[in-house]
Amino acid sequence: MTERTPGKQIHLAAHFPGVNSTTVWTDPRSRSHIDFSSFQHLARTAERGLFDFFFLAEGLRLREHKGRIHDLDVVGRPEALTVLTALAAVTERLGLAGTVNATFNEPYELARRLASLDHLSAGRAAWNVVTTSDAFTGENFRRGGYLDLAERYTRAAEFLATARELWDSWTPDGRQRPFAHHGRHFAIEGEFTVPRSPQGHPVVIQAGDSPEGREFAASAADIIFTRHGTLEAGREFYADVKGRLAAYGRDPDDLLIMPGVSYVLGDTAAEAQEKAAEIRRKQVSPQNAILALEQVWGVDLSAYDPDGPLPDIDPDPGSELVQGRVKITDPFAVAAKWRALSEAKGLSIRQTVIETTARQSFIGTPDAVAAELAEFVARDAADGFILVPHLTPGGLDDFVDRVVPLLQERGVYRTEYRGATLRSHLGLREPAGKG
Amino acid sequence: MSSLHLAAAIDHPGVYEAAPYAELALLAEGGALDFVTLGDSFARPGLDALAVAARLAPGTGRIGLVPTVTTTHTEPFHVQAAVATLDWVSHGRAGWVVEVSETEAQARLFGRRRAEAPEQLWQEAGEFADVAARLWDSWEDDAEIRDVPTGRFIDRDKLHYVDFEGRAFSVRGPSIVPRPPQGHPVTVVDATDPWAREAAARHADVALVRSPSLTRADAARAELRGLATRFGRDPDTLRVFASLVVDLGGGEYAAEPGHGGGPLPTAEGPAYRGGPVDLAELIADWHRAGAVDGFHLTPVEPRRDLERLVNGTVALLQHRGLFRTFYPGSTLREHLGLARPANRYAALAGEPS
Ligand SMILES: Cc1cc2nc3c(=O)[nH]c(=O)nc-3n(C[C@H](O)[C@H](O)[C@H](O)COP(=O)(O)O)c2cc1C
Repeated sequence: MTERTPGKQIHLAAHFPGVNSTTVWTDPRSRSHIDFSSFQHLARTAERGLFDFFFLAEGLRLREHKGRIHDLDVVGRPEALTVLTALAAVTERLGLAGTVNATFNEPYELARRLASLDHLSAGRAAWNVVTTSDAFTGENFRRGGYLDLAERYTRAAEFLATARELWDSWTPDGRQRPFAHHGRHFAIEGEFTVPRSPQGHPVVIQAGDSPEGREFAASAADIIFTRHGTLEAGREFYADVKGRLAAYGRDPDDLLIMPGVSYVLGDTAAEAQEKAAEIRRKQVSPQNAILALEQVWGVDLSAYDPDGPLPDIDPDPGSELVQGRVKITDPFAVAAKWRALSEAKGLSIRQTVIETTARQSFIGTPDAVAAELAEFVARDAADGFILVPHLTPGGLDDFVDRVVPLLQERGVYRTEYRGATLRSHLGLREPAGKG
Repeated sequence: MSSLHLAAAIDHPGVYEAAPYAELALLAEGGALDFVTLGDSFARPGLDALAVAARLAPGTGRIGLVPTVTTTHTEPFHVQAAVATLDWVSHGRAGWVVEVSETEAQARLFGRRRAEAPEQLWQEAGEFADVAARLWDSWEDDAEIRDVPTGRFIDRDKLHYVDFEGRAFSVRGPSIVPRPPQGHPVTVVDATDPWAREAAARHADVALVRSPSLTRADAARAELRGLATRFGRDPDTLRVFASLVVDLGGGEYAAEPGHGGGPLPTAEGPAYRGGPVDLAELIADWHRAGAVDGFHLTPVEPRRDLERLVNGTVALLQHRGLFRTFYPGSTLREHLGLARPANRYAALAGEPS
């Protein structure tokens, strides 16, 4: 039995499996990632499992590979806030979290849309503030262009601060005052036309890993969505981020850390491992293996056999081969690591990609998975998890049916929603608002 | 005589929760109306209209949902994605009323540009509607193939860059949202303002005109159809609706029998005041004369007037066989008798080059 902070409860969220390399669209059980029925199924499953929130990602331009639209993974998605507002009609307690870019939106309009979602869902809205900015995405927008990393985060921080000024321009008792914000990125003034929403401010999520991103989260976010999903990496990240809060006069409990993780269940450990391996093979098709390699090498590798050895040529660091993805910072180091692994274990291209691109997964019997999740939270590697299922839309059914009851038995997960708003599920204070 | 179309505004000033809007939308759906509208502007108190429409989609079944969306300070790429998504979540019942933001006060909410003359804003709105339609076509209907043997999820040859260069913006495309169920959600333009008329004639499926009399409505419709023809459109693909503010609080009949001098001009446009029976007479008269294809009615007292409209005016029109009693189709385009648009890029691809 591992140490456990008494009373520390697990928070759970559901990531809709659409555009990401986790989604196994070749599975016969895989359905539309566009039809509303799919969103409704996953959201209702999450609510049945008493999850804190349902999460939608965003991508504002279709990814390209070698100058052509990437065609191997799921492509296309509906617009997040519109889907979430519709889901507010078919759910009652579930939080509704949408990813919306701060670089290609304007504070007044977005603050209004988010406040509208919060009103129409009676207090269940959340905003994942992302900044992804490259000239590639910018080609679809009026402001166009490119912002470097530091500039992106100063814009995001000012964007969020401005949105909060707008939300605070209505007092909790319904009085409205004009706002004026004059800063580096925005110079706006007038009246915000939506009264204070049920949560005061929608919940704010941050997803970005650079020091700038962590600092932004520590200063202003309620939740961090992270990829640090192993116990060791999670503990390190957790300590780092929670340690940054004091500088902003915040408590460790004011910011929840939720890694995005996948899981595979089986009746026995062996069966779960077998299923997981099968899922990995489907996620990394021969074509996807070559593509993953090209993303590191930055050159055309289509002549290579996915079942053969890794290429012995050097990466091209200046390549723009793949667009619309986070760039690999040191392709030489990655290539060297992959080559070493492949030589040491005698792995083919495809096997190497399968091994190296796996994200942390919880694989095992429902009992083992429940125990592991509880351990992560008890040992401060996370406050909860954003589950990324590999099937649309039934990918959470087994988790809710088989793992949630075990977490409840262990006393680490709620047995009913106590409040009505997302803030209340998360145990977050309501922002004071200015009187 | 073409079939009669009816739409109603369900704006509910001062209401910030979903239930009262849902009640009105269901009431209108009970009367088999073509669509309901929700007004919007960055300057008026109220929720984002598209959000309200999305919130109404799952709880309604047939009625069209048509929020106002402004084009001056917004991003065409975001707006087209949101409207297409409204079409997805409502299974083909989405439309949008294209509007501009004219005031300096609204410009200051964004701080990106100064207020401009309506002439320029409407030119931009026309380009906005144009690029939206191109983005809705940027995915062919059968682009998603899920071809297991080749590992391809989509056929990339069925996705298209729109490469649109307008006066105030450019967009590369394709959209991130697959082509919506209706192909193009229904575009509505209030064509009363002279600057809006060209955008309406070029891009609208439904044009609204605020005309206080049958003859003025008839003239406006003829002008719009003429313009549409000049822009190379079949004028029968454009529906022209008369917009009236209605106050049905005056009993069964108008205070002045025979709807007197007709609607009176007010700041909000021509206003009809009287009973539901006389309103039915007016609607039947204007429609029979071929002056309009339908009516867009804005109740002054939302709950009361919509109830009288549906149970009085609409019931009477149905009784006389002038208005449908059920929805024969399921999409808003079907209600309006408008075809699902062909995809411009698919048509090009099919031509020998
Ligand atoms: C777990 C996670 C999820 C993310 N999801 C999205 C997303 O849905 N859309 C997006 O545009 N960017 C997304 N991002 C990108 C980040 O918001 C950020 O722009 C990027 O990581 C670069 O910032 P950084 O250098 O601080 O990490 C995500 C990042 C992480 C870590």
